[in-house]
Amino acid sequence: MSQARKQVKKKFNPAVLFRKQIFIPIAALLLLAIFNLIADPSFYKITLGYNSAGDPVLSGYLMTILDYGSELAILAIGMTLVTAASGGQDISVGAAIAIAGSVILRVLCGTDSRPDHMQAPVIVAFLIACVVAMLFGAFNGALVAYFKIQPMVATLILFTAGRSIAAWINNNELPIISDPSFAVYGGFIPGIPIPTPFFIAMVCVIITMLILKFTNLGLYTQSVGINESSSKLNGLDPAFIKFLSFVLLGLCVAVAGLIKVSRLSSINYSVIAKDIEMDAILAVALGGNSLGGGKFNMTASILGAYVIQFLTTTLYKFNVQSDALPAYKAVVVIVLVVLSTPKAREFMGKIAKSLKGSERSVA
Amino acid sequence: MQEKSVLEMRKIYKSFPGVKALQGVDFTLREGEIHALMGENGAGKSTLIKVLTGVYSKDEGDIHIKGHENAVAIHSPQDAQKIGISTVYQEITLCPNLSVAENMFIGRDGGIMQNWKKMNADADKILESLGIPAKSTQQLASCSLAVQQMVAIARAVDMECKVLILDEPTSSLDEHEVQKLFGLMRDLKKKGVGIIFVTHFLDQVYEVCDRITVLRDGQLVGEYEIKDLPRVKLVAKMLGKEMDDMSDIKSSEKPYEAKEKTQPVFEAEQLVSDAGIKPFDFHIEKGEVNGFTGLLGSGRSECVRAIFGADRVLGGTVKKNGKQIKINKPIDAMRNGIAYLPEDRKVDGIVGDLSVRENIILALQVMKGFFKPFTKAEQYAFADEYIKALSIKTASADTPVKSLSGGNQQKVILARWLLTHPDYLILDEPTRGIDVGTKVDIQKLVLKLASEGMSVTFISSETDEMLRTCSRLIVMRDRRVVGELKEDELTQNKIMSTIAGGESK
Amino acid sequence: MTEKKKAGFRIQDMTDTNLLLAITIIVFFLMYIGAMVFQGKGFLKAQTFFNILNANASLIITACGMSLVMITGGIDISVGGVAALVSMCCAVYLDFKGGNVFGAVLISLGIGLAFGIVQGLLVAYLDIQPFIVSLAGMFFARGMTTIVNTAPFNVANEEFIAVKETRITVPGFGTVNKLGKYVPAYVEIGVIVALLVVIILFCLLRWSRLGRGFYAVGGNSQSALMLGINVRRTRFLSHLICSLLAGIGGFVYFLHVGSGSASHAMGMEMNAIASSIIGGTMLTGGVGNIIGTFFGVLSLSTIQNIVSSAGLDQAWWTGITIAAMLCIFLIVQSVVMARKKKALK
Repeated sequence: MSQARKQVKKKFNPAVLFRKQIFIPIAALLLLAIFNLIADPSFYKITLGYNSAGDPVLSGYLMTILDYGSELAILAIGMTLVTAASGGQDISVGAAIAIAGSVILRVLCGTDSRPDHMQAPVIVAFLIACVVAMLFGAFNGALVAYFKIQPMVATLILFTAGRSIAAWINNNELPIISDPSFAVYGGFIPGIPIPTPFFIAMVCVIITMLILKFTNLGLYTQSVGINESSSKLNGLDPAFIKFLSFVLLGLCVAVAGLIKVSRLSSINYSVIAKDIEMDAILAVALGGNSLGGGKFNMTASILGAYVIQFLTTTLYKFNVQSDALPAYKAVVVIVLVVLSTPKAREFMGKIAKSLKGSERSVA
Repeated sequence: MQEKSVLEMRKIYKSFPGVKALQGVDFTLREGEIHALMGENGAGKSTLIKVLTGVYSKDEGDIHIKGHENAVAIHSPQDAQKIGISTVYQEITLCPNLSVAENMFIGRDGGIMQNWKKMNADADKILESLGIPAKSTQQLASCSLAVQQMVAIARAVDMECKVLILDEPTSSLDEHEVQKLFGLMRDLKKKGVGIIFVTHFLDQVYEVCDRITVLRDGQLVGEYEIKDLPRVKLVAKMLGKEMDDMSDIKSSEKPYEAKEKTQPVFEAEQLVSDAGIKPFDFHIEKGEVNGFTGLLGSGRSECVRAIFGADRVLGGTVKKNGKQIKINKPIDAMRNGIAYLPEDRKVDGIVGDLSVRENIILALQVMKGFFKPFTKAEQYAFADEYIKALSIKTASADTPVKSLSGGNQQKVILARWLLTHPDYLILDEPTRGIDVGTKVDIQKLVLKLASEGMSVTFISSETDEMLRTCSRLIVMRDRRVVGELKEDELTQNKIMSTIAGGESK
Repeated sequence: MTEKKKAGFRIQDMTDTNLLLAITIIVFFLMYIGAMVFQGKGFLKAQTFFNILNANASLIITACGMSLVMITGGIDISVGGVAALVSMCCAVYLDFKGGNVFGAVLISLGIGLAFGIVQGLLVAYLDIQPFIVSLAGMFFARGMTTIVNTAPFNVANEEFIAVKETRITVPGFGTVNKLGKYVPAYVEIGVIVALLVVIILFCLLRWSRLGRGFYAVGGNSQSALMLGINVRRTRFLSHLICSLLAGIGGFVYFLHVGSGSASHAMGMEMNAIASSIIGGTMLTGGVGNIIGTFFGVLSLSTIQNIVSSAGLDQAWWTGITIAAMLCIFLIVQSVVMARKKKALK
């Protein structure tokens, strides 16, 4: 009797689906997708047009999501690692993006704030920004890992100072790069109609997946996040792993910074990447990862990032003012988070079970 | 309800996803008795107690308490306190950031405001009467673990309870403190309090208890007067089978015989760490089982932690097979073929959310390196091999290790270290808080490994376990090595007198 | 026993809370005296100090609430948003709906309570991480502020202006100006409210059973449960009180600036957290003190004042100095606590 029941369980059990981590972002995505389909199917229209330079570009809300979700996805990668290893979040990523962006512009502009030509190759500027962002990541990481300060608090420092530092790097001037080749990273590669940031994000995702597959980063990070002292006795260096996660987040920040400044070809210190830390943290949470650290699911986080962007874009589409946007986002987020609590999931599992039960009794 | 009983639990059922933890358990506690609740890990003792204290809510069944006409409903620890059930848990369930006095009085009935003066005075009075070396105003975190446990007991005792539950309260106490606790229990018994006593130490059961209730696999085995149930029978009831005499363990394995006199596998000279131990010398031969013994806090764990590099090593030299090596971090020790099973399974041992498989491969994986992960197939092969070899009871290799019972968790950690194929294995309290069956398994395994040539250091609070397994004992007192016993000297009395020191006895 | 007590002062005998409080107060006084010596005139005047109080009364109130939540082991980053929403709602109510000040106060309390109840329920009874809940709370409050009224505006309601302009003179601290006229030192109504909040909350945390419950839950919630404390209710109340104080703080802020705007109280949550930390509250919970928080706010704002009066008025300097100060405090705290732990061993 019990064996027979076990077999049925193996075949199909909707309750299992609800318990799967990736269920949360997928369900959210489906909900949003269906909502848009009902409200206005034109949401899914994609048109091929030409931009001012005469290159073909695809446009439409879906493209916007792919485009603007990219920075978020890249940040979500780093944020997931930091969350898993340290059990806390880095709230300074927005400020750090401002710093990285500022560094890139500073290097490209040289001494002049409005040069006709870039004074250095973009790759050099980017690499320097990487180093700077990783240094700031290392600063956060050192506070967390070696001084044992809670991540939220430790990164509060850079959060407070970051934008000021970014402004100071460029003497509070507003550099503008007029060279169109710089705009490629946040726009379109001539001849390719899909936005570049999406490709950059995909490259980052693929690299991350390869790293997770061919190194022990995942195992070590989770192990440290779950039980630090046990990890130490197994020969791991928990402090270093936490530190490393923050440095890696720094790298993600630099990439996101490049995209951000490239979009504008300029920078606004107080506005650039504003509140992006909140979106990135939400992406991790939406991915069903515990914000208390430990086990993580990278795919779910990345998917979570695009879901957040999906939501943002949907709201824009319905003419929600950009300042009022957060209110709607908040409601959606709370609904999602409430749905993902164990209590709610248990409840849904029960419903699924009873549905199944009634089916059987009918049969 | 029967006359004279303070507590009756009838047909208690409780299940968790996948586990039927309690299946119709009855339990009766009389006025003024000390009642041992016995069973292996996973037998349902903790669940029964948590149902009684309102941490879990029962699925079915009634609980009757003296003075209440109907069955009582206990939904939270507060409810339990209100109807006169107070509890001391194995893990210290006090708040480290509060003062000793606050920990004794918080959460109990009283007005809206806190009268510090009166509270501290009351607390000091109780602390003094129980001889607990703590001040009422002291922050709890600044007390030793044993004192913290005594504070928890003081709190429970002061609560004018009808039922007092002691859930393995003695695991962090030394012999002297245990005696003090027993004295206290006898006093309370005279006052008519019913005491439920859960412990793994059989000696203690026979020392203080009046009756025994045995559980197995979530079911009631029976309720016995202590005089009707000799030890062997008790163990048999707990295990559900007649057990071969434990003293046979040692003779069953042939000791390892060195072909020629070789250098010690591991040697330490004047080793000292930052954990507050005095420098000590140590050596172990191939195929030898030795042990550190001493009271809790005497520094036995700190010694092995220093050997493994778990605490910061401040000085001394260590040699492996005669060659001088440096051990600063655990990874250094691991690379030199040393493995260490830590004292506290939950805090230092398992990585709870990870699967059994990941827990087993962790140490070997770390030794292999960051850039060389095992393939999934290799991982499963390793895991399956050791799950079988150590007969670890788990649903699958992918089950999170935290959902296993204590004894099986311990086996997983043991598997982790055996997988690294060490020449020198350190086991710090491998048998603490696990069921009798697994205890025997582990002791047998130790002797088997030694007979195959592995050197093992075995630490246990239970002297008879050490006597059964070790051929040499290093005795510690006050964080210093005070003696070494071997061959004929290995008797209970000799150990006791060495631990106690020359002047006493 | 008594002999031991008199054996002298040992750092490891101090509770964590008192130790961190002592550090905070000492640092604040050193800093203020330093400012008096090196910056001179401005800081010698009592009114400078009172102005710091006037400008930061709202921060004191919200920081107190923040400390309470942090002591209980949570966090609430919605306080700035709630304050902004309160300012806008009150402004709209007073100017467009012809309301009175009493009504505005009720609105503030109502908004605070509403946020407190919802966030408290989500955190305490559904076990959602407080960071996420209050993050959503912050988003919601900021967004709602814009929805209530997009453009910022100054309130012209006469009754309100009268209350706003009310100055309470502090006897004994006045100065004589160049014309030889005596200028009394004054504080605004908000400061009185803030001081009341500090006193009430201090008493609550120190002498009430509920208050000690906050510490117990923050120290170890599992233990607190076993000790018979209603952990969920305690958590709920901590969030409720914090949001309520954010509402009151929002009104005091509104009273100080006299306008409603969606960008009001920007970053107030971070300042409140920073003040709490500087004041010796630990984010891990269980350790903290309201008096410390009060001095934390003063330290934070004194630094800002020093920076701006030193002529470094570019915006970035404030950010950098506060960050540097926070950094130093955090490291000092972390080192002191580690030392203390070691001394115990």
